[in-house]
Amino acid sequence: MAVDVLGSSVKRTEDPRFITGKGRYLDDIKLQNMAHMAILRSPYAHANIKSIDASAARAMPGVITVITGADIPYNPLPMAWPAGGSSGIQNNVNTPRALATDSVKWTGEGVAAVIAESPEQAVDALDAIVVAWEPLPAVVDAEKATQPGAPQLHENAPNNVVFVWNVGDKAGADAAIESAEVVVKQRIVNQRLIPNPMEVRGDIGLYNPGTEEYTVWMSSQTPHIQRLLLTAFVTGIPEHKVRCISPDVGGAFGTKIFCYADMALVMFASKAIGGRAVKWVESRRESYGSTIHGRDHITYLEIAGTRDGQVTALRVKTYANLGGRLSTIGPGIPTTLYARVLSGPYKFPNVSCEVTGVYTNTTFVDAYRGAGRPEATYVVERAMDLFAAEIGMDPAEVRRRNFIPPDQFPYDNPSGLGTAAGGAKIYIDSGNYEPAMDKALATVGYQDMAARKAEARQRGKYLGVGLSTYIEVCGVAPSKWIGAVGEGWGAAMWESANIKVHLTGKIIATVGTQPQGQGHETTYAQVIAHELGVPMEDVIVQHSDTQGTPFGYGSYGSRTSSVGMTAAIKAAGKIREKARRYAAHMLEANVEDIEVDGANYSVKGSPDKVKTIQEIAFAIDLGFSLPADMEPYLDETAYHDTPNCTWPFGTHIAVVEVDEESGKVDLVRYVAVDDVGKKINPMIVDGQLHGGIAQGVGQALWEGAIYGDDGQLQSGSMLDYALPRAAWFPNLELDETVTPSPVNPLGVKGVGEAGAIASTAAVANAVIDALRPFGIRHLDMPYTAQTVWRAMQGSKGGQA
Amino acid sequence: MGEHISFVVNGTPRQLDVEPRRLLVQALREDLDLTGTHVGCDTSQCGACTVHVDGIAVKSCTMLAVQADGSEVRTIEGMADGDSLHPIQAAFWEKHGLQCGFCTPGMIMTAADLLARNADPSDDEIRHALEGNFCRCTGYQNIVAAVREAARVVRSGGAPVAAQG
Repeated sequence: MAVDVLGSSVKRTEDPRFITGKGRYLDDIKLQNMAHMAILRSPYAHANIKSIDASAARAMPGVITVITGADIPYNPLPMAWPAGGSSGIQNNVNTPRALATDSVKWTGEGVAAVIAESPEQAVDALDAIVVAWEPLPAVVDAEKATQPGAPQLHENAPNNVVFVWNVGDKAGADAAIESAEVVVKQRIVNQRLIPNPMEVRGDIGLYNPGTEEYTVWMSSQTPHIQRLLLTAFVTGIPEHKVRCISPDVGGAFGTKIFCYADMALVMFASKAIGGRAVKWVESRRESYGSTIHGRDHITYLEIAGTRDGQVTALRVKTYANLGGRLSTIGPGIPTTLYARVLSGPYKFPNVSCEVTGVYTNTTFVDAYRGAGRPEATYVVERAMDLFAAEIGMDPAEVRRRNFIPPDQFPYDNPSGLGTAAGGAKIYIDSGNYEPAMDKALATVGYQDMAARKAEARQRGKYLGVGLSTYIEVCGVAPSKWIGAVGEGWGAAMWESANIKVHLTGKIIATVGTQPQGQGHETTYAQVIAHELGVPMEDVIVQHSDTQGTPFGYGSYGSRTSSVGMTAAIKAAGKIREKARRYAAHMLEANVEDIEVDGANYSVKGSPDKVKTIQEIAFAIDLGFSLPADMEPYLDETAYHDTPNCTWPFGTHIAVVEVDEESGKVDLVRYVAVDDVGKKINPMIVDGQLHGGIAQGVGQALWEGAIYGDDGQLQSGSMLDYALPRAAWFPNLELDETVTPSPVNPLGVKGVGEAGAIASTAAVANAVIDALRPFGIRHLDMPYTAQTVWRAMQGSKGGQA
Repeated sequence: MGEHISFVVNGTPRQLDVEPRRLLVQALREDLDLTGTHVGCDTSQCGACTVHVDGIAVKSCTMLAVQADGSEVRTIEGMADGDSLHPIQAAFWEKHGLQCGFCTPGMIMTAADLLARNADPSDDEIRHALEGNFCRCTGYQNIVAAVREAARVVRSGGAPVAAQG
C-alpha cells in the first residue's frame, strides 16, 4: 500500500514550475496575432462626461480601434448579493458598465479603450483621446456622504445610501444598555486597504467568428461564476458559447472573485476587431483604481456589562464605504459576513447592529482577505479591551468570563446566524475557546508582562500586549443558508469534483475550485491518494477551465478544503464502490465479500484473491467483460453541499514596543494558537497563517489607502502605500488546538483567512496597551510613528 | 527598429533590436520569452522582476534594455543546471518559501545575490536583504527559512536537487 500522505507536510507538487520560472500567469500567455488593450481612466473622482473625441487616437500608430461606452450594448455588471437578500430590504443598486457612458464616480473608472498592435501603442494613444469633462464635487468619507448637503452620486440613492440593514435584537440591546452598570462607547475606524496580490489582474478575450464562441482567460478565483455572470447578466451571449480559463493566479485574496468591466471589454473588443485575441493587463497604479479595495468601516460601538466582567450587550452602528458603484458582492460583506459574527466567541445576551452601506467617490469595496470577519473581530476585540479597561479587569479574564462554554454548542448566536429561513438553522457548531487562550497566554508568558513592561521602560520603550480571541465563519456555505431570505447571495454554494481512473491507473481529478497559491494541486492529491490508496504522484488535479471541469463556485471564504475536498471524497467513494462491484465480477465473488484495503480489493477470507485498483481500472475501462448492469470506466462525479459552515477559532497575542522618542511601533513577539480542525498538510496551513497574520499586522501598523477630499487617491502606487516588508516582522510563533469540524469527513475548517481575521485586533490592542500610561484608550489605525507620536504628545499637553 | 543590442542571457549570446524606451524586463519577457521574470508594479518597489546583470541583483524594470548591451544577464530560467535545481530553488521548495509563486523568481534572484556576498547570513541580514522584494502570501517567514536553509546547504557543499521530486 502507498504511504498515507493525508495529514503530512509533503512538498507541493506545483512548486517545481514556480521556482524555475515556468509558471504560466495571465501575462505570460501570448496568442497568435494578439492585439493589446489599454483603458482610459477618469482623472476625476466625480464628473459628467460631456463628449469623447477619439478621432486623433484612432489615427495613432498601431491603433486598431478605439471603443467607448456608447459602442457597447452590454448591461451593467451584476450585483449578486444585496444586503438582506430577498427579505425586502431596499438596496439602491448602481454597478459599473464595461465603460462609463454618462458619468464617472471615482478616479480610475474606465471611459474608453484603445486596441492596438502593442501595449505601448495602446497606452500612447490614450493621451490622444479628448474627453470633455464636467467635474462635480466629490465625497470620500462614508459617514459624511450620508449627511445633508453632501455631493450626491446616484439619483436612485438619496444621501448616497445603498441600504440600511439591521440585525439582532435592538430592543433587547437598548434595554440592556439603558440598565447597565457600565457602558463604554467608542467611534472606531477600520481603514481602507488596497489588497495588492503580487500579480495584478488581466484578461485575454478571443472570439471565434466561425463558431461564434468566446474564450476568456482571466486572472480569477471564479472562472465558472464569471462565465455565468458574463453571459446571463452582462453580454447576453449564451452561456455555452463562452469558455473561461484561469491560468496560474499570482495571489488574489478576494480581489479576483468578482466580475470586472475589463472581462466584458476584451470579449467585445475581440469580436470588434474580427476575432483577434485582445489582451489587457492592468498596471499596478491602474490596479489601485480598477480592482476592489477592502474594509473601510466607520463604527460606533457601545458595550455594556457588569463591574464583575459580564458583558450584557453590544450595540453597533457601522457605515460601510462601498465605493462609487457596487462590486459583485459588495453589500454582502458588511452585512452577512460582518454583523452576523459580531459577537465573536462570546455569549453576549444582547447584540444589535445597524449597517449603512454608502456610495462615495472611491474605488469599489468588496471581499478582501477575511471579508467582513476581520472588521467584526476588530470591533468586538477592541470593545472587550475598552470594557476591561473601564472596569479595571485583565483583558484575558474578561474574555474568559464571556466565552461560550464548550457544553453550549451548537450555539445560536444573537446576531442572527440561526435565523436562516425555511427552518434551516445555522449554528456555531463547535468550539472550545479557553484551552486555546490558555496555551497562547502560557507561550507568551502573560504573567510576566508587568516585569517586561518595567524592563522596557528602562530602554525608553513602552511595551504593550494585546489579545484577539476570534472565531471565523468559513467553509462557505450551506446553500440553504446563503440562499435564504435575509442572506441571499444569488447562487448556491456547493462544490464539485470528478475523478477518472484511466487505463494505466493514473488518476485525473477535475474540480470546480480555483487555487491562487494555496497548493490545491497538492492537497486534493493528498486527499484522493488517501481515499483510493494510490501513490500521490499518480493523481493529477486539474482546475480553472470551464471546459473540462465540473461547475464550481471557486475558492474564497476558506471553503476549498471543507466543501470542495468533501466533494472529492464523495467522488472517490463512488469510484471505490464501483471498483468493488467490478472486483467482485473479476474475482467471481459477492460484492458483500469484497474487502477494500487501500488499493487492494480482496475476497474476505481469501487474501490471495485480490485485484488492485489499477488492475480493476484497466479491465473496467476496456470493458471487454462487463456485468449486465455495469457501465465501463471508473469515472465519477460528485457534488457536495455542506450542512453547515465551519468555525475556526483561536487566540492571537501580540507584543509591541513603542519608542518613547519617535513613536515608532515594533512588533516584538507574535503568538498564535489556532484551531482550524484537522490539517491535510500542516506545512501549508502554517504558511497560510503566516501570510494572513502579516496582512493583519500590516493593517494595524502600516497600511491604509488615503484619499484627498477631492477623491484623488494619494496612496496611489506601491511607493505610497505601505506594503509590509520582510524586515518588519519577528518570527511568528504558531501553535494549535485541534477540534475537528463535525460537518465534513476530513474534520477540516479552512485556514485561508484566519490569520488576517485575528491579527489586526491583537496588534491594535497591544499598541493601545502600550499607550495606557499616556491615558490613551483608543487610537485609529494604522499606528505609524507619526500617529503614535502625535497621540503621545497630545496626551502630555505637547504640540502635535 | 530602434537600437541594436547584444548581450549574454543565461549563457547564450542574444541580439535584439529594441525601442530606446524598452525596459530590460520587457526585452526579457516579450522579446526573449523569458516570462519567469515577472512584473508586479510600476514603481520599482516589488522586486518581482529581479535578475542578475553582471552578477549583481537588479530590478529589471529600473534598467533600459539598451543599458544591458554587452552585459551578462541571468534570469530565473538560468538558475537550475538542467534538471538539477539550484540550492536556493530547492530550499524554497523544501521550506515552503512560496505560495502563489509570483514573487518567487525575484526572491530567489535576490537571495542568490545575498548568498554570494554573505555565505552565512543571520535572519536579520536575510530579512534586510529581502526588503526590496514584496510577498503578499507568505508573511516572509518561510522565505527567510528557505534562504537560511539554502545558505546551510551551499556551505556544506550539498548536492543539487532533481526538479522532479
